[in-house]
Amino acid sequence: MSTTLTPILTKFWDDPQSWTLATYERNEGYQALKKALGMKPEDLVQMTKDSGLRGRGGAGFPTGMKWGFLPKPDGGPRYLVVNADESEPGTCKDIPLMLAAPHFLVEGVAITSFAIGCNHAFIYLRGEVVHVYRRLMRAVEEAYAAGYLGKNIQGTGFDLDVTVHAGAGAYICGEETALLDSLEGRRGQPRLKPPFPAVAGLYARPTVVNNVESIASVPPILLHGADWFSGMGTEKSTGFGIFSLSGHVKRPGQYEAPLGITLRELLDMAGGMRDPNKKLKFWTPGGSSTPIFTDEHLDVPLDFESVAAAGSMLGTRALQVFDETTCVVRAVDRWTDFYKHESCGKCTPCREGTWWLAQITNRLEHGQGTEEDVEKLLDICDNILGRAFCALGDGATSPITSSIQYFRQEYLDHLTQGGCPFDRRESTLFAQEKASA
Amino acid sequence: MTGHFGFQTASGHLTVDAESKEPYADDVLAQLREDAAQVIARYPERRSALLPLLHLVQSVDGYVAGRGIDLCAELLDLTRAEVSGVATFYTQYKRHPNGEYTVGVCTNTLCAIMGGDQIWDEVSEHLGIGHDETTPDGKVTLERIECNAACDYAPVVMANWEFFDNQTPGSTKQLVDDLRAGKDVRPTRGASRVCTFKQVSRVLAGFPDGLADEGVGAGPASLVGLEVARDNNWTAPGDQDRAGDQPAAEHQPEATSDEPARGRQDSADTQANEPDELPGGKDAQTTPKEPGQ
Repeated sequence: MSTTLTPILTKFWDDPQSWTLATYERNEGYQALKKALGMKPEDLVQMTKDSGLRGRGGAGFPTGMKWGFLPKPDGGPRYLVVNADESEPGTCKDIPLMLAAPHFLVEGVAITSFAIGCNHAFIYLRGEVVHVYRRLMRAVEEAYAAGYLGKNIQGTGFDLDVTVHAGAGAYICGEETALLDSLEGRRGQPRLKPPFPAVAGLYARPTVVNNVESIASVPPILLHGADWFSGMGTEKSTGFGIFSLSGHVKRPGQYEAPLGITLRELLDMAGGMRDPNKKLKFWTPGGSSTPIFTDEHLDVPLDFESVAAAGSMLGTRALQVFDETTCVVRAVDRWTDFYKHESCGKCTPCREGTWWLAQITNRLEHGQGTEEDVEKLLDICDNILGRAFCALGDGATSPITSSIQYFRQEYLDHLTQGGCPFDRRESTLFAQEKASA
Repeated sequence: MTGHFGFQTASGHLTVDAESKEPYADDVLAQLREDAAQVIARYPERRSALLPLLHLVQSVDGYVAGRGIDLCAELLDLTRAEVSGVATFYTQYKRHPNGEYTVGVCTNTLCAIMGGDQIWDEVSEHLGIGHDETTPDGKVTLERIECNAACDYAPVVMANWEFFDNQTPGSTKQLVDDLRAGKDVRPTRGASRVCTFKQVSRVLAGFPDGLADEGVGAGPASLVGLEVARDNNWTAPGDQDRAGDQPAAEHQPEATSDEPARGRQDSADTQANEPDELPGGKDAQTTPKEPGQ
């Protein structure tokens, strides 16, 4: 096995008080901020560019470059907004990070704010995780009390306020411009780009929007150097990331590893499939919006380039693993319901398209459609992809087109059998308990 | 946001109970105004306070009542239509009186397949209620919820937005029975007991309840990678307590283009900022295209 795990952000999550400032300070906490405050902001931006850090929220856009897009200061406010609206189906890395070690994020916010000239930063957390909100508010409170936030931080004259904001349940708010509209107290609907948030973001001011894990990675990079970071991972997908395994694996959970690790390696670390006699059937490399892979793709290096070359996207490294007890049509049908439910309604291709997709996947799953429905699905997907206002519509097409690519026959089997050929009980977590009971 | 909400006419209009228009008692209103002033002070522009203020009115009324809409509109200088438009967009804002506990069963794909569908069926039958319906005793409102970012603990159930991991139909039925019986119920990862819907709504408005230090830092699944690393003496490069291994990956990417590769064509962000929108630095000339959100 060529790749091994690299606990950095996850390193002290098992400390009984992992979330406190005291624990964080025992683990190099806020040393990076002290170092940053002695540097020039432009050098911090350059360091982040040199590290090669790419956005950990799914898109993989170079983080330092995003910071560099801000126009020159004009005396008005500039904002940092952290996207903590983790809602992409399968994605479950930011929530445990903020629950276990919120100070990584708070320190990263302070350093980034100093680097981009921001004096008021926001953390937009999805509202459906109340204990994470408690932990974040507590961490910010501790950081103020310790002089890491507030006025004249560490005697440098740098002021920074941080507001932790809870959303109220809407997947679309993970899209960065919808998030900004939501943070301004509006319905969360995406904005036309350009202008990009770097030019006209929160309150139409220059704004950087970054994912939680991207910002949390900044303190370790600053402390250990851009070369340390780029020494991990691949040439164009540098560094480490948290890989989230879920589904039919023996030990689902969080595995922090260099980008470029493979699912085969991760599965090996996770004890293999939950039942060695049941084969891996399909999996998502980065959430439900990334086209599915099959057991042919076990050795695809999980970096941005390799996953893209194999026909999907690295996304959020949300590895949802399904074994052969799972009906792919049922899985896709449910994801399609999700996109229909979460479509914000702003643009026609997504609002109408997801509604029709759900009608059709639903009747296919119940064996009530026709063979032409499969072509109809592909046709509708073709009319959404590239024509929707934001990536939600595109994401809705991914599971459908990729599942038809790999499992067309399974769709047809539903028709010939007049229903789903799978026993739902066999795929559940408690399937074995039932069998032995 | 197409949901199946109660008390809605066929045309989608809300039917507002007369009581939801009753004015707040003087002391309640005074406290709401005092709290709202604190919320508004957190933001450079008043309207940003709307989401937390809607959580705040839910902490008093148990849902977004007509009087709560009126108050938010007045405080933020918005029309009632503007406030209603926002309140009806987000699933956590309830349009009719909510139970003391919202129990949400994740029925997104992964949890559904791991048993969420069966949990939903059995609990719904056990309680005799469907989505967004409340038991006659006013204790439990049942919901089908979307992915709550705990897939490594599937199937997941949320009670007032606290995590109940690795659930079974039996454990969830026990959970709702205990909540209805008024017993203290402890989440898997969260505070030491589940607070009421109104209490939690107040926290979501940004008022800490002092429970942040309760509960675990990480559940078992969050720690599996760390344990594997410890067992194998794997550490990050340069780590003090490292065992001497060099753990960097050796994979080389296939793609050679200077642009970050993209899986497929997509709608969003097909263009980065135009050079004339940028400060004119080096980046403006070397901008790669942004590959989607």
